Amino acid sequence: MKKGRFGIFGGQYIPETLMNELLDLEVAYNAFMKDKGFISELNTLLNEYAGRPSLLYYAKKMTQELGGAKVYLKREDLNHTGSHKINNVLGQALLAKKRGKTRVIAETGAGQHGVAAATAAALLDLECEVFMGREDTERQALNVYRMELLGAKVHTVTSGTQTLKDAVNETMREWVSRVDDTHYILGSVMGPHPFPTMVRDFQSVISLEARSQILEREGKLPAAVLACVGGGSNAMGMFYHFIDDPQVRLIGCEAAGRGISTGEHAATISAGEIGVFHGMKSFFCQNDQGQISPVYSISAGLDYPGIGPEHAYLHSIGRGEYQPVTDEEAVDAFEYLSRTEGIICAIESAHAVAYARKVVPTLSSDDCVIICLSGRGDKDVAAIARYRGRNIDE
Amino acid sequence: MSRIANAFANGKAFIGYVTGGDPSIAMSEEYILALIDAGANLIEIGIPFSDPIAEGPVIQESSLRALHADTTTENIFSLVSSLRLKTSVPLVLLTYLNPVLHYGYEPFFSRCAQTGVDGIIIPDLPFDEKDEVNDVAASYGVDLISMIAPTSAQRIAQIASGATGFIYLVSSMGVTGVRSQINTDIDAIVKVIRSVTTTPIAVGFGIHTPDQAREMALKADGVIVGSGIVKRIAANPQGACRELTDYVKSLKDAIHV
Repeated sequence: MKKGRFGIFGGQYIPETLMNELLDLEVAYNAFMKDKGFISELNTLLNEYAGRPSLLYYAKKMTQELGGAKVYLKREDLNHTGSHKINNVLGQALLAKKRGKTRVIAETGAGQHGVAAATAAALLDLECEVFMGREDTERQALNVYRMELLGAKVHTVTSGTQTLKDAVNETMREWVSRVDDTHYILGSVMGPHPFPTMVRDFQSVISLEARSQILEREGKLPAAVLACVGGGSNAMGMFYHFIDDPQVRLIGCEAAGRGISTGEHAATISAGEIGVFHGMKSFFCQNDQGQISPVYSISAGLDYPGIGPEHAYLHSIGRGEYQPVTDEEAVDAFEYLSRTEGIICAIESAHAVAYARKVVPTLSSDDCVIICLSGRGDKDVAAIARYRGRNIDE
Repeated sequence: MSRIANAFANGKAFIGYVTGGDPSIAMSEEYILALIDAGANLIEIGIPFSDPIAEGPVIQESSLRALHADTTTENIFSLVSSLRLKTSVPLVLLTYLNPVLHYGYEPFFSRCAQTGVDGIIIPDLPFDEKDEVNDVAASYGVDLISMIAPTSAQRIAQIASGATGFIYLVSSMGVTGVRSQINTDIDAIVKVIRSVTTTPIAVGFGIHTPDQAREMALKADGVIVGSGIVKRIAANPQGACRELTDYVKSLKDAIHV
């Protein structure tokens, strides 16, 4: 496969101004990943600061109620800052520091990645600026304040649709303007090479742990692993160390919003087409002129019109299954997991729980599945209450 | 001699940019003809894209206005066809890769040849990915314009050596839009380019005053002005001809060295 490609997907479709920086980043990344000192420093941060390894929890009540395969939850929600985002951010921030960068910038949708980036920047003494769409700064006002508490500067993005896609646009524009001292901590397995590979590697700790945890508990591999997919970083992390085990189904759950047929969704694989955007060739929601479509999901973290190129590849070769899950199904699953297991998960992760409720009963009780709980749901409580018709002040 | 080569054959070239369809295809045609009457030697026509990541606010907003007016890629080809009946000034499209990919590379460049497009600039298609469209563009005689940036360093010679049409030298870091100062060592970059090719060099990004245009024209073969033109159209969408003419004349006079 060509460098930075997953089949035909991936690549480096980015203005010339950034090309040398991307080439340097790739060389530095490859060198540091072979550097025992760097790896050991990163592992110390992951274990002692972020709280790894994360638990693999057997959801006994959910298993009994669904009546099929045993259900395990990979508890990324218990990480410091409350989601899987910290895995990638610690890796990239440490790399930026080693490369002599003094400033990091990041996009954020729901605010999870922005909070994680601001956290790592505070810890590693880096200046941090986060770009967030105006709509998201309004619906996630608490996270804006969190980032500010952590010492980051938050820029409200008012261009385009004022959501995650536009936050990525503005962060790229900022990076083109100031690349010397600045690293862009991209939050997902997307963008130009080397980001999709680098972010996947940093997130692959999820399946590295889960694989040995499940083998220890069950003595065999799971029948399926499930994760929600926006850009797809927790899903790539959850899938990666199972890709070479064909008996393990890799199931990505996309945001179908109000339903694919309504046009108000962010289901890139189900309804998108091949395109080039944000530095990569992949699938995108777009119109008949190749203009990127506005997308919609109740979940700000999945509200993105594209998907990482490695997912596009796994889909194209039939290795990954990508299933649409509506807002309604996700909210039901959010409430279901709270009641059944006493776990309030992120509305993003609830998309994976929702599809698990469909697939688990079809599997044998000898089988097991793992759902990646990518984040915790505190940030979503007020929005879910509103969805159910109750107004709660955050 | 190609139309693009011709544009650089008699003194320094002035290149003006207009977003096709802002505020309408009919007005774009009128404005482009006004730029040509005022002395523009080459015209860049933007095919609007929803997310132009290399553009500053002025051209971003212009692209959105064109899209709100339902401008399609086909409309831009019609605009080119119509202009071709009236002028032999080279017309170069500027757009992002996705609208081209979506139209289909083969049909897109075939349509370029049919309507009289001379070249194309694709800011999100760097040298390393140009194989995507290079062969098909060449087979239809459309120059794929290479961009060189202040950060290109050791890449300059590699990019310049195969460049056709003209070389788009990005004056400074960041996105398009007016700047009060340009601090890049343009002379040093031009020197490296000159050592490998005779393809003409035009400098763009941030140039909007006659003084800046003169300074850049002394260093290169042409200057590109985009946001300065688009801003004037935005201020008076239906009646900017007179002002555009005066503006372009002032820039054209300044580079006449």
